[in-house]
Amino acid sequence: MIDERELDVLINDVYEYYGFDFSGYSHASLKRRVDRVYQMDGFTHFSDFLSKVRSEPEYFKRMVEEITVNVTEMFRDPMFYKVLRNDILPVIGTKPFIRIWHAGCATGEEVYSMAILLKEANLLHKSLLYATDINSIVLNTAKNGVFPLRMMKQYSENYMASGGKKDFSDYYTANYGLAKFGGDLSEKMVFSQHNLVSDRSFNEFDLILCRNVLIYFDKDLQERALNLFDDSLGKLGYLALGTKETIKFSHLHSRYQQFNKEKIWKKIK
Amino acid sequence: MQVLPRLNAIQDFAIVIVLHRKSGEDTTLEELLALKTVIPVQDVEDKTPLEPGYIYIAPSDYHLLFEKDKTLSLDISEKINYSRPSIDVAFESAADIYGEGLTAILLSGANSDGTNGVIAIKQAGGTVIIQDPETADMAYMPKSAINNMTADHIFDVKQIIEFINSI
Repeated sequence: MIDERELDVLINDVYEYYGFDFSGYSHASLKRRVDRVYQMDGFTHFSDFLSKVRSEPEYFKRMVEEITVNVTEMFRDPMFYKVLRNDILPVIGTKPFIRIWHAGCATGEEVYSMAILLKEANLLHKSLLYATDINSIVLNTAKNGVFPLRMMKQYSENYMASGGKKDFSDYYTANYGLAKFGGDLSEKMVFSQHNLVSDRSFNEFDLILCRNVLIYFDKDLQERALNLFDDSLGKLGYLALGTKETIKFSHLHSRYQQFNKEKIWKKIK
Repeated sequence: MQVLPRLNAIQDFAIVIVLHRKSGEDTTLEELLALKTVIPVQDVEDKTPLEPGYIYIAPSDYHLLFEKDKTLSLDISEKINYSRPSIDVAFESAADIYGEGLTAILLSGANSDGTNGVIAIKQAGGTVIIQDPETADMAYMPKSAINNMTADHIFDVKQIIEFINSI
């Protein structure tokens, strides 16, 4: 297990050697994640670990990929998708063209869920889904739209709980333990690497989803990310966060109106 | 459920509860527990500050972590010991920040989640109390901990209540 001081040294060195700034990440979860790689790769002396990270860019890349990986599922928190389906999409749907940003999309389950929702609302044809993540490996997975078949039962249940009435298996083809989702969904997706710590706004959106990514940031970095989202949202656009995330500590919260008790906010000013 | 109703209001410390709970979006557990105690129950969201005098309950489907600046943070990585929130994760994180200032109480449960956690707490100088398995609905969890480390106290429910009320 590494200690706080060692973590600080690592963060410092990573910034100095590679320009990646992890200083704004929440220390408790960062430490857990670094510990995991540390133990998984069999290190017993921190100095060996540090030295490898410094001198081997390939190892550094692997470390970053391991510590920025996020677990996600399709139609996670079905009630959230139900609200999207019934209350949010009908409003956004009145626009001639819909742009949605999934910030920190990981392996893409959320993006495919959204595409399904849009298709069922007959809005997919005039939508574009931008999916970004700091981690290029998970982005590749997301692009392929291939997920383990054994997860489909859970996803199907989530889908139904969110108000889905179709046969979920119609959306994918099964082969060798894998489920591949249709090209009609992925052709409306654009995937790109983007770092919420350092990169800027690149477009204006009607809906931005960043669910369970901000929990890994400390308050200052969360503020930066929220400002970035604010810059990227049109007036009356929506911001959606994870079920236990909030914008209430941010100075922007007075310009947003929360939708009931959901973690969805509308930009009003 | 037996302990909470008999706790007096607390002043200098906070109580954080980690329960294995079904993932789901209602807060009925928080509401239910709030009804049973005089100590105010604070909702937990990411970066909620820990304040003395309150009870905090780990939300379902997230791991609960403790930060240096006395806030609670959340993590949604894979389940540990089939659990999320995992007691081990919360205990290890708390041990890191609070060290000797921490008292942990491990109660009845169905798996060994919590064993590694109490070991970490002991190593960090904290106090570990384990519910006497004879008095627990599910003895597996306390037994597993007792088999793997030396607790400061092994108490039944009454003794647990007295202990907390005397802090």
